[in-house]
Amino acid sequence: MIDTNRDGDRSGAPLLQVRGVRKAYRSGGGMLEVLRGVDFEVEPAGFVSVIGQSGSGKSTLLHLMGLLDAPDSGEVHLAGNRIDNLPSSRRDRLRNTDIGMVFQAYHLLPELSALENVLAPLLVRFSIAEWFRHKGEARRQAEALLDRFGLSGRLHHKPRQLSGGEMQRVAIARALVGQPRLLLADEPTGNLDEASGAGILDTLCELNHTDGLSIVLVTHDQSIARRADRIVRLVAGRVENA
Amino acid sequence: MYTLLLCWRYLRTRWIALASVISVTLGVATMIVVNAVMAGFAHEMQSRIHGILSDIVFESHSLSGFQDPQWHMEEILRAGGDDIEGMTPTVAVPAMLNFQVRGQWVTRQIMLIGIDETTHAQVSDFGRYLQHPENRRQLSFGLRDGGYDTIDSQTEDQQLATRPALEGAGWPHRRMRVERERAWRQRQAELQASEQAGGPSAGPVRPVDHQVDAVLAETSPAVATAAAPPGELPPTAEAHPPNAPLDPFRAAKPEEQGRVFDPSREQFTGIVPGIGLASFRDSAGIDRFLVLPGDDVKITFPTAGTPPKAVTDTYTIVDFYESKMSEYDSNFVFVPIEQIEKARGMIDPQTGLPSVNSIQIKLRPGANLETVRDRLRQAFPADMYAVSSWKDKQGPLLSAVDMEMAVLNILLFMIVAVAGFGILAIFFMIVVEKTRDIGILKSLGASSTGVAGIFLGYGLFLGLVGAGAGLALGLGITWNINRIRVLVEWCTGERVFDPSIYYFFRIPTIVDAWTVAWIIAGAVGIAVAASVLPALRAARLHPVEALRHD
Ligand SMILES: Nc1ncnc2c1ncn2[C@@H]1O[C@H](COP(=O)(O)OP(=O)(O)OP(=O)(O)O)[C@@H](O)[C@H]1O
Ligand SMILES: [Mg+2]
Repeated sequence: MIDTNRDGDRSGAPLLQVRGVRKAYRSGGGMLEVLRGVDFEVEPAGFVSVIGQSGSGKSTLLHLMGLLDAPDSGEVHLAGNRIDNLPSSRRDRLRNTDIGMVFQAYHLLPELSALENVLAPLLVRFSIAEWFRHKGEARRQAEALLDRFGLSGRLHHKPRQLSGGEMQRVAIARALVGQPRLLLADEPTGNLDEASGAGILDTLCELNHTDGLSIVLVTHDQSIARRADRIVRLVAGRVENA
Repeated sequence: MYTLLLCWRYLRTRWIALASVISVTLGVATMIVVNAVMAGFAHEMQSRIHGILSDIVFESHSLSGFQDPQWHMEEILRAGGDDIEGMTPTVAVPAMLNFQVRGQWVTRQIMLIGIDETTHAQVSDFGRYLQHPENRRQLSFGLRDGGYDTIDSQTEDQQLATRPALEGAGWPHRRMRVERERAWRQRQAELQASEQAGGPSAGPVRPVDHQVDAVLAETSPAVATAAAPPGELPPTAEAHPPNAPLDPFRAAKPEEQGRVFDPSREQFTGIVPGIGLASFRDSAGIDRFLVLPGDDVKITFPTAGTPPKAVTDTYTIVDFYESKMSEYDSNFVFVPIEQIEKARGMIDPQTGLPSVNSIQIKLRPGANLETVRDRLRQAFPADMYAVSSWKDKQGPLLSAVDMEMAVLNILLFMIVAVAGFGILAIFFMIVVEKTRDIGILKSLGASSTGVAGIFLGYGLFLGLVGAGAGLALGLGITWNINRIRVLVEWCTGERVFDPSIYYFFRIPTIVDAWTVAWIIAGAVGIAVAASVLPALRAARLHPVEALRHD
């Protein structure tokens, strides 16, 4: 389902590469250096956990990889191409087509139904004319994803009518509907009870194993991190491979 | 695509934004109504003015006028060519009108206008403004045998007989009045005779006196000539003024010396005074007349010589002129031009050629007013003749109205602009409220322009809704304004639109499509402009910060 062999791919090269990334925030009088030269890679079809203490900069790193923010220095490469310095329109496009993101607080759009939320990336991608051409296919795809996550009966529910676990599954479906190469998840189980959290993790593992989707999972929970192929620890703004 | 969907969803869930549009709606509605009414009044006024004045007025600077109108008209025809459809000479002179109402002499300052009976109605709407249907077709200065309109012929709603007094006007009224006067004088003479004979004291007679007076006042207020010193009436041949009654079948020839003028069968020279001179409108909208067609009045005017001498003549009212411009209706009195030329000594004794003050010119439909006027100005020396179009004559008035409309529009547009600030504030609130959603959209790859588009589209939609509702409301009010007026009057018991002031029965309105289009465009423009700042703010939101927002 996920096509990892796209144009510009250099075979053998890591899917995502973060090189010497630095990020500092101005806080009060001085600068708070959150990331001080992070080097980090994700192989195609890899599953990496990033752990670290609260405030260690995990979310900050994830936002940089997801092109939601720009590093002060350093580079981010996707499939061998530098992406952090692209013009904003190209970055918007990449974010839409190549990267899926899942957040701790789900971040669904409250005015849209579950199905519409899942369709949102495609609504963003297509112009009005294109949308009417792709509408049927897009809907089928979105319904298939929701079905796969056990939500076929809740297509037209608004987010506030869903449980936390259901909302997170809708959010994952939304992240996948655009067929990205990379899924970035920021504490996706943080707000969930153990059972639903385990369900979400099972889903992610399954996506990684059966669909070959590359995943970066941010967490501060050691036990969750262990589900990944590899664990990366953020300490004092640098990476320690554990 | 998401732009549209979200725009729509936000609309459906944020009805509060519509509240900000109410002021747009009200502003648009007010502008449409005010413009329609103003345009209605302006149009009414213009057409009245145009109806009173002919297209082009050719006049002399001096009050004594210029000689030989026939020659001048031929010259004008040569200069104006095909563009000229009709011409008529007029003589205008300031004068004084006197008539008696219940024994009191009423004096009015007037403009006495000598017109040609047959051609005057051809150059202006003069004919339309008369009260007798026959006179409207072709004016005659002979008194009519009744048949005057009791309903204002110029209003659309024809149910209301607002002029019951005109019912018996004309010869019947004149005969009745003369009859009463005779009876009254006879009684007076008897009383006098009995007093002189030392008969019963005058005491018990008094009530009768009052009674008769009251009866006279009731039926015909103008007849109370009884108070005039006896002997003045009936008019004898000497009292009969030199002006010849026009109707040869009814009136006596002035040369028939020694013949007694019989007012019940004869008339003086006919005049058509403005209706405002002879009547007033009471609060119920009924016209009360001080004098009626058939009554005689006195007019004093200056002769043409230097220094001018005052001449007084008696005339018989044959009709009323009602242009619905109170300025004219309470000022103009029309008389036959030959009569006034004669009375003022404007006819050259040697050549027999008359003088006139002005020549009214009507142009062929479609002819350019300004070019014809300029051609005439070139053909005649400017130091002797003034050539002006009807627009020139009323230029200051017309431009004052235009100015008024412009100022009013600016003020009203401010209302819509204020509404714009309301939209701005509410949109800012919505952007703040939706900050996280904006972050989510950006994380999904939405561009800044796309996000801005949501709010611009939102503003556009609100503007369209507001202006559309305003359009509906405004047109609704405009088209029903007279019904609304009646309703308001009924509720408050007060007259909103007093016909005794405005002389129309209904509020005139004109909806100009272009004006409406501009108002709508302006309102929608303001709504969009007001959403630009919030949209920019939404576009500039940093995605990470926006996602953190709660
Ligand atoms: N916009 C900002 N301005 C100033 N400081 C910031 C900003 N964003 C993040 N920080 C700081 O950067 C540090 C790293 O934040 P980040 O959200 O990446 O931590 P985290 O590892 O995700 O923590 P948690 O596990 O609690 O989510 C924190 O100390 C935070 O206070
Ligand atoms: Mg975090």
